[in-house]
Amino acid sequence: MAERMGFFTDTSVCIGCKACEVACKEWNDVPDDGFVFRATSYDNTGSLGADTWRHVAFIEQDGRWLMSSDVCKHCTQAACLDVCPTGALFRTEFDTVVVQPDICNGCGYCVPACPYGVIDRRERDGRAWKCTMCYDRLRGGMEPACAKACPTDSIQFGPLDELRERAEARVERLHADGVLEARLYGESPDDGVGGDGAFFLLLDEPETYGLPPDPVVTTRDLPDMWRWAGGAALTLAGAVAVSFLRVSFPRVPFLQASFLRRR
Amino acid sequence: MAECHPVGYQWVMEARDRGAKVFHIDPHFTRTSATVDRYLPIRAGTDIVLLGALINHVLANELDFREYVLAYTNAATIISARYRDTEDLDGLFSGFDPETRRYDPASWSYEGDEPGEGEPREGGIRHAEAAGSDSYGARGAGASAQPPADPTLRHPRCVYQILKRHFARYTPERVAELCGISEEEFAELAEAITANSGRERTTAWVYSVGWTQHSVGVQYIRAASILQLLLGNMGRPGGGIMALRGHASIQGSTDIPTLFNLLPGYIAMPHALRHDGLDHYLEQEGADTGYWGNRRSYLVSLLKAWWGDAATEDNDFCFGYLPRLTGDHSHYATVMGQIDGTVKGYFVVGENPAVGSANGKAQRLGLANLDWLVVRDLTLVETATFWKDAPELETGELRTEDIGTEVFFMPAASHVEKEGTFTNTQRLLQWREKALDPPGDCRSDLWFYYHLGKLIRQRLGGDRIDRPVMELTWDYPEEGEHREPSAAAVLREINGTGPDGRALSSLRQLKPDGSTTCGCWIYCGVYAGEVNQAARRRPGSEQSWIAPEWGWAWPANRRILYNRASADPDGRPWSERKAYVWWDADKGLWTGLDIPDFDEHMPPDYRPPEGARAEAALAGTDPFIMQSDGKGWLFVPSGLSDGPLPAHYEPHESPVPNTLYGQRANPARRILDRPENPYNPPMSSRFPYVFTTYRLTEHHTAGGMSRPLPYLAELQPAPFCEVSPRLAAEVGLVNGGWATIVTARTAIELRVLVTERVRPLRIAGKVVHQIGVPYHWGYGGGGMVTGDVPNDLMPIVLDPNVFIQESKAGTCDILPGRRPHGRALLDLIERYRHG
Amino acid sequence: MADGGWLSRWPVIRQLKGEDGRREAARSARTDVLRPRVEEADSVARSVCPYCAVGCGQLVYVKDGKVSQIEGDPDSPISRGRLCPKGSASKQLVTHPGRQTHVLYRRPYGTHWQRLDLETAMDMIADRVVRTRRETWQQTHDGKEVRRTLGIASLGGATLDNEENYLMKKLYTALGAIQVENQARI
Repeated sequence: MAERMGFFTDTSVCIGCKACEVACKEWNDVPDDGFVFRATSYDNTGSLGADTWRHVAFIEQDGRWLMSSDVCKHCTQAACLDVCPTGALFRTEFDTVVVQPDICNGCGYCVPACPYGVIDRRERDGRAWKCTMCYDRLRGGMEPACAKACPTDSIQFGPLDELRERAEARVERLHADGVLEARLYGESPDDGVGGDGAFFLLLDEPETYGLPPDPVVTTRDLPDMWRWAGGAALTLAGAVAVSFLRVSFPRVPFLQASFLRRR
Repeated sequence: MAECHPVGYQWVMEARDRGAKVFHIDPHFTRTSATVDRYLPIRAGTDIVLLGALINHVLANELDFREYVLAYTNAATIISARYRDTEDLDGLFSGFDPETRRYDPASWSYEGDEPGEGEPREGGIRHAEAAGSDSYGARGAGASAQPPADPTLRHPRCVYQILKRHFARYTPERVAELCGISEEEFAELAEAITANSGRERTTAWVYSVGWTQHSVGVQYIRAASILQLLLGNMGRPGGGIMALRGHASIQGSTDIPTLFNLLPGYIAMPHALRHDGLDHYLEQEGADTGYWGNRRSYLVSLLKAWWGDAATEDNDFCFGYLPRLTGDHSHYATVMGQIDGTVKGYFVVGENPAVGSANGKAQRLGLANLDWLVVRDLTLVETATFWKDAPELETGELRTEDIGTEVFFMPAASHVEKEGTFTNTQRLLQWREKALDPPGDCRSDLWFYYHLGKLIRQRLGGDRIDRPVMELTWDYPEEGEHREPSAAAVLREINGTGPDGRALSSLRQLKPDGSTTCGCWIYCGVYAGEVNQAARRRPGSEQSWIAPEWGWAWPANRRILYNRASADPDGRPWSERKAYVWWDADKGLWTGLDIPDFDEHMPPDYRPPEGARAEAALAGTDPFIMQSDGKGWLFVPSGLSDGPLPAHYEPHESPVPNTLYGQRANPARRILDRPENPYNPPMSSRFPYVFTTYRLTEHHTAGGMSRPLPYLAELQPAPFCEVSPRLAAEVGLVNGGWATIVTARTAIELRVLVTERVRPLRIAGKVVHQIGVPYHWGYGGGGMVTGDVPNDLMPIVLDPNVFIQESKAGTCDILPGRRPHGRALLDLIERYRHG
Repeated sequence: MADGGWLSRWPVIRQLKGEDGRREAARSARTDVLRPRVEEADSVARSVCPYCAVGCGQLVYVKDGKVSQIEGDPDSPISRGRLCPKGSASKQLVTHPGRQTHVLYRRPYGTHWQRLDLETAMDMIADRVVRTRRETWQQTHDGKEVRRTLGIASLGGATLDNEENYLMKKLYTALGAIQVENQARI
């Protein structure tokens, strides 16, 4: 298997240009997200969703204008993947988490499972969509479209270990320069999701950027549950075989309820 | 810069990372402001106060780079005893005629250069009439190569002393009073730029149309030039004044000008009242010393490129075929000509004046009064559709059925569907390969003009009116099924050929006798060796940081102009750290990282013999080779229409008086006082707020290339204004709600963004609110997102040198809620106009 | 079932067979063959972004006569492969459905567009230039030779190529049209 690849988004050099949002859409053929003036600084796409896989947040503070490009975190322990009953979500050879649109049946279990609120169903086709870290480009040895476009290298792509080292050095440098509020988010393997494959250098509390301060994988007791879910799914195989063709899936109430309980 | 040139801004971010201190001075807190060391909010239209105070700071504290200043600028030059400064005349320079509102610059001359009493100086009034100074400054106005000078800089009439007196009143207190920048902030800026200039360090200034779109715009840039010359920051790596231009080839369209006053290579169009034949023209146009001394070679080679064998010595090389100017034929004059009915047919090519130029209503009234209009674009921009969707239809000022304009919409090829060169903001020509054929009826503009020319020629005869067209060289190889003319062949014609028919390799090969051709002398060399040099693509990672083998920069592939100044008078680098080009005495030539500005064998101790011409008339220590005296002009003896030095004038529409001088606004500014172009009175309580316009990263100009694209339109989907919380509270504006902005031209409605980034300023003792308005929207244009047109608010009032409109600083009123429609809108404006 | 068919690939089945349902076992046939589409391009052109004047390098990939991708050219010493949002939207600029590909014509006093073929339009425009030029010709002005027309004007050029501006200026000047301007004046 290839090395684990990831994103390091250094918001201290983000200029809020949104090249990442557009380059992502051009490459991945993501539809527009509507034309809504939100009056929330320069942000008019609102949040990550099925039709926005990179999202630049603008936070206006006294004398500061923070900008940060958010993206799927490609968690080490990815709840979306754990709960996906069809295997549409899978972990790639780069240790990234990807939805396969040809498998996804739009059940939507992954949506509430995500501790970051990233993955989302597209209204137009019902399926779940999110950042793939440009899985197809990675397979060809290319970097993801957003990282390539980023004018200031705020979005860096590479082997996760290398990125973590680079990020540590960057924080040290900023601290030495007096930017004491610089901190990393999502880089620690010891956090509630086992560390993110896409982590960030922030200049304020995570909540300021709309990020959960202490995300926890919603499927902590996964191994037991996965077997349970598999068995449950098998018992429904007959029904599934019929409904699969209609790209829908019967709800599995007990499964969903267990996730809700954990959130 | 982060806002409008994000990819260029990567280098600023990198410089910061390496320790550069970056200031951002802007009325509007942008994405640049958010990522610099210090943001200084400034009242729109007051930059000369700030720059003047920096100049004063340098002069008063003798912080100038004296060795540089003495050797490379005209600081020591003595000015005519007839010169009177704004200090003497309360804001006017000598030579102003209040009747015509024009300056005669005779008294601004170098001593000994003055024309006789009552004899107007060339480059004065007449240049003011036809934007002559646009080219005149660059062409090195006629001034002595070796004027009287005082190297001790003590002579009261030497430029240095005049500067000292002129700028003495530009103090930090005035900056605080007029710009709204505190004395502490000013001190930090002044300290930073002076500490970072000299032998070891350089400071760069970067501007965009925030400096050009003012009624005193040219003098903004002049002020920066003076500062940079005093600090020794011109012609050196990391220095200079960088104009960030906003269109892919706007530099190219100035070099090879689709501009009324210029021929290719900044050669002035002939003027009926000033020029008779070729000889007379050449006599009148610029000096014999410096590179413009070769202008006969440049012009004759151009005429040979255009009229080929028909251009002979006997017929002045067809100089008489060039049409003559008689005054201002610029964009806004053209629009008035449309309204007045003199302009019948109009081509609009990749531009959208209906929403993109100041005073959109005047633009549309002009379009509605044409016989025919040809619009070439990718989408149906508002200029093409005005007859069915202009706002004037709703107000009843226009009716579709009454508009007689015949409109042709010709779909254009995109940048990937044709080959050719763009010239970027650093004078770099980059050849684009064609990726595929254009779809349907889409064609390149090269195709359109080439085939149109052929069709026109088929329809003409051989009389004296038609002969210039019939004899024009108009024969390019045609390629492909569309019979696309060869862009490479056109570029080769621009480059020029020698007597043997081969491509020239250097502009030094151009001859005055008609034996060479060259379509644009500054581009000569782009096809050197019969190779398209602009198509060179040696990866940056395989070259020095200069990257000389990526594309081709005019002139001569030179990446920094006037780079002689990067070495001291003896030809040694000012410092190792800033070494760029230097004199290698052993080899007897100039060497270094870039192509030197002049003959590489010219030794630093060269002194021109008596009677020398052109570049041979400049000394080996003269870096500014386009100027007649080879010096950087701190003081401009001729070539400008509004003074030899910058002076602060309030914008035409301003809420406060000019506390520096009795003269409120630029006395020479161009005013178009017509019913279509009413002005807000200055200091009017009806229009109490300052407003400024700007671009956002997500859009391009008036939106023709961004609003129709969902991926861009969704990012900034509605016209909006940015206001401070305090103004919002005062007026009753609600974040996310609607506001109506009113000027004497019209009122527009737009959404409200209340933000702390906009700060009220305390100006001359009162609080002045600024309102920011991005100008990307229009009523149609195939846009996914539409809205009222911010440019409709703008007056047409022009800089007197270059006729660019003042769209960065105006006044307005703002009201909560949406605007009235139909007749009620006109009534609202009437009430505002008449108070 | 064991020898193929969609059901055998169904993750649940594969998971029950003992494969790791979250990795290899979950891969679909489509996923297995995924490659960056630029690898399949028939050609790639080295181009330059058409928006601002920074002059960022672009690579334009074409597949089956259509632009399949435009992205930054890493070789460019100016842009190093990076693009802003506008540059990144360049593919949409050249492929979006709102782009006009037909000549349109509006008669004087007309209320709607009509189609015109390209050749006819070119002829009509040439006719108008020739006619207007003659009708508005000024040989002299205040006794001075000017040989020009103020009846024909032009605006545009800053988004065009140097070669295009050159032909425009050359033709207009020969025709005697002097009111030739572009965005540099604005």
